[in-house]
Amino acid sequence: MTAQLATRIPADLRGGTFSHGVHPAENKQYTAGKPIQRFAFPSELFLLLSQHAGKPSVPLVHPGQEVVRGEPIARADGFMSVPLHAPATGTIKRIDLVPTAKGPRKPAIILAVHPGESQEMLYGARRDIDAMTPKEIIQAVQDAGLVGLGGAAFPTHVKLSPPPDHKVDTILINGCECEPYLTTDHRLMLEQPEDLVMGTKILMRAMGADRAIIGTEDNKRDAAEAVRRVLPKDGSMTVKVVPTKYPQGAEKMLAKALVNREIPSGGYPSAVGLGVYNVATTAQIGALLPWQRGVIERVVTVTGPGLDKPGNYLVAIGTPLRFILERLGFQGGPQYLITGGPMMGDTVASLDVPITKGCGGFLIFRPEDVAAQTVPKTYPCISCGKCVEACPMHLNPCQLGKLAVKRRYLEMDEYHLFDCFECGCCSYVCPSGIPLVQYFRVSKGMNRELKAAAK
Amino acid sequence: MSAPRPQAELRTSPQLREPVTVDVIMRNVVYAMLPVCAYSVFQFGLSALALIVVCTAVCVGTEHLFCRVAGRESTVNDWSVIITGILLALTLPPSFPLWMAAVASFFGVAVGKVFFGGLGFNVMNPALVGRAFAQAAFTVPMTTWTPSMVAGRFTEFIPSTLTMPFMMPATNSDWLARVAPDGFTGATPLALMKFEQVSTDTVQLLTGTIAGSAGETSALLILVCGLYLIARKMMDWRITFGVLASAALLSGIFYLVDPEIYPSPLFTLFSGGLMLGAVFMATDMVASPETRRGVWIYGSLIGVLTVIIRLFGGLNEGVMYAILLANAMSPLISRVTQPRRYGAVKKVKSPA
Ligand code: SF4
Ligand code: SF4
Repeated sequence: MTAQLATRIPADLRGGTFSHGVHPAENKQYTAGKPIQRFAFPSELFLLLSQHAGKPSVPLVHPGQEVVRGEPIARADGFMSVPLHAPATGTIKRIDLVPTAKGPRKPAIILAVHPGESQEMLYGARRDIDAMTPKEIIQAVQDAGLVGLGGAAFPTHVKLSPPPDHKVDTILINGCECEPYLTTDHRLMLEQPEDLVMGTKILMRAMGADRAIIGTEDNKRDAAEAVRRVLPKDGSMTVKVVPTKYPQGAEKMLAKALVNREIPSGGYPSAVGLGVYNVATTAQIGALLPWQRGVIERVVTVTGPGLDKPGNYLVAIGTPLRFILERLGFQGGPQYLITGGPMMGDTVASLDVPITKGCGGFLIFRPEDVAAQTVPKTYPCISCGKCVEACPMHLNPCQLGKLAVKRRYLEMDEYHLFDCFECGCCSYVCPSGIPLVQYFRVSKGMNRELKAAAK
Repeated sequence: MSAPRPQAELRTSPQLREPVTVDVIMRNVVYAMLPVCAYSVFQFGLSALALIVVCTAVCVGTEHLFCRVAGRESTVNDWSVIITGILLALTLPPSFPLWMAAVASFFGVAVGKVFFGGLGFNVMNPALVGRAFAQAAFTVPMTTWTPSMVAGRFTEFIPSTLTMPFMMPATNSDWLARVAPDGFTGATPLALMKFEQVSTDTVQLLTGTIAGSAGETSALLILVCGLYLIARKMMDWRITFGVLASAALLSGIFYLVDPEIYPSPLFTLFSGGLMLGAVFMATDMVASPETRRGVWIYGSLIGVLTVIIRLFGGLNEGVMYAILLANAMSPLISRVTQPRRYGAVKKVKSPA
C-alpha cells in the first residue's frame, strides 16, 4: 500500500460505533504533539508486588542484593499473577509497605538505583518467536510480567487463555484512548508502529486468530496512517478508524464498533470469538517477547492545567509521583492528582504513590479546575433521562440512583447494577450533579455484603 | 528547589462533567416562555400581565415559605417554580380574577409539588394541578373568555381581573359592550367547534386573534420557543412530537370518516392548549418517563387522550387531563420500558 495520506477514509476502513456515550472536551492538544521522552531515574524505585489484578508476586531478592536492569526480582504466584522485573540496575534496599493509588499501603520492593549508572545495560536474550508454540508464547507473556496497560492491569496471559470451547477468530487492538487528556497510545502508534504490528502478530499466533483489527478514533488519523504504513502485506491486519466518543475504548464498546458483536453480560470477549488488547500492551509484547524481557517501564501522559511541562514520558515502573511532579514544575498548594484519565481515574491521596504498570496518565488539576467541573449544589433527580441516554451499557442509572438513595441495594440487581463498569457517563451528564458512579460503587459493595450475609 | 509542596486533595471519578445543570435548564425554559408571555400581554393587555406576575409571585412565595417553615434552604433558585407560575398563568383565561389565580397558584405548588417533597419528587406537573384545582373551584370564571386585541387593553384591566378576594367576579358585560360592540360570543374556537361545529380559520389560530387562555392563543410562537429548547437539548423533542403526531393522526382518522362533525387535524393541532401542553407541560422532565421508548408511549398517550376527551368527553378541552393522567402513569410506563442492556444474555429474563 502506498503511503498516501487518507483525508477521506474509505468505507471498508471505517468502523462503526456503539450507541450512547458522551463527548467530553478532548484536551489532548497539550500533549498530542509531544514525542515520548525518557524520564530520569529517581534515586529509589518503589515496586509494588501487586500492580496487577490477581495474586501479588513473590519476591526473589533479598535486601542488599545487586540487580541488573531487566532482571526478574519477583515471581508469579500461580496462574492469576505475574512476575516483576528490576526497572534499573541497583541494590535492593528493603521490602516495605508503600502508599498505593487506591489508598491502603501495600508491600513493595524498594530498589536503590545506582547513581551514575548509564542504565543502558539490559537483561535478556534474542529468541525466535516463529519457532514458538502458542502455549510457549502464552507462557512467555506471563514471564514478561505483562498486564493490561490500558488501566485494568489484568494479566495478559490470562486473557490469552480463553475457555477451551471458545474459538477466537479476531484480535482487536484497542487504540482508541477515549479518555480526555491522555495521549500515550496515540504517541505509541505514531512512534512504535513496528512494535505494535509485531505484538499483534504474536497475539494472533497465540490465539490462533487469522485476522486482527487495530481500532483508533478519528482524532488520531495520523496514528492510523503510521500504523497502516507498516502493516503486513498479507491483509491479515487492518486499521479501522471509529468516531471519537467516550467510552469508545472500553472493550465492549470497541467490539460493538469494530465488528458489531456484543460481549455477553458477565462473559469474556472470547465468547463471541474476540480477543481485545490495548495498544500499549501489544506494543510491549512486540518489543519485549523477542528479547525475553519483562515490563520495566511504560509511557505515561503527565498533563493537566496544574502543570507547566505536560508531556508523554517513558517512566521506569516504581518512580514516585513526587519525583515526576517536582521535575515538571508543578505549582504548589493543594492539587488534585488523578491517576488514569479524568473520566475513570480517581485522585490519589499521597504524592509518594509510585507508577504502576496499569497507570497510563497522571493529571494535575488545580482547585479552580475542579471547581469548574463541580455542580455547586446537588439537586434531586429530575428524571430528565440524560443518564439513560448516555449509559453505554444501556442501563437505567436514574432508577439505579433512586434505589441507591433508598438503600434498596438488592433490588438494584433487577436493574443490572453489576453490568455497570463505572465509565462515568451518567455522572458526567447528570444536570442534578448526582454522584451516580459513586453511588454505584458503594451499592455494589453493599449488595455483595448483603448477599454474603444472607448465606 | 523549595517550591511549596503540593497537597493531594481527594475526589472520585468522573472528574469532568457537562456544564448544564438543573438551574441552567430551568432558566432556559423560563427564557423560552418569555416570548409567549410577551405575546399574550400584547394580545390581552394589562390583565394578562397582572395574571403572569401574580401567579409567578405566589408560586415562588409558596415554595419559599414552605422551605423556610420546614427549616430547609429555599429551593426557589433552581428556577423550576418560576416555570410553574408562568405556565399556570398561561393556562388561565386572561380575565381570571387575580385572587383566584393566587389561590390556584398556592394550591398547585403546595399540593402539586411541596407535598410530594419538592422538585424531582412531584408526580404531576404542579402547574396543571393548580389549573385542575381552579377548574373545579372556580368553574365559571375558568370558562369566561374575553376577546383579544381590544382597544385600551394597555390602559385598563378587564373588570373581572380586579375582583375583590373571596367575591365572585362582576360581569364583564358593560366592558364587553364597550370594547366589542359588534358582539362577542365568549366562546373559544374549541367550544365553537364542539358545540356548534364551527371551525376557526387556521391562520387565526396560529396568530392568536381569537379568544382563549393567555398562552394558548399563539400556537406558532410556542412551537418556535419549543424549538429553541430542543436545539439546546433541554427538552425532549420526542414528547412534543409524540403528542402532536398522535393527536393529528387520530383526529385525521375521524376527520376522514366524517369531516362534517369532526375537526381537521390542523385545527386539532393548533387550537386550544394542545401546543402549550405538548411543548411546555408534557415535557416536564420530572413527571415524564426517563426511558426513550417510555417517552414515545407517554407522548402518544397524551395526544390520543386529548383527542378522545375533546371529541367525546364533556369538556371541550382535554389536554390538561390527558397530561395529568399520563403524568400519573409515567412511573409505570418507565418500569415497563427499561432499555435493553448491552450484552444481555438471552435466556435470562429481564424484569418487566
Ligand atoms: S457508570 Fe455505569 S451506569 Fe453510569 S453510564 Fe457508565 S455503565 Fe452506565
Ligand atoms: S441524569 Fe441525573 S437528574 Fe437526569 S435522570 Fe439521570 S440521575 Fe436523574
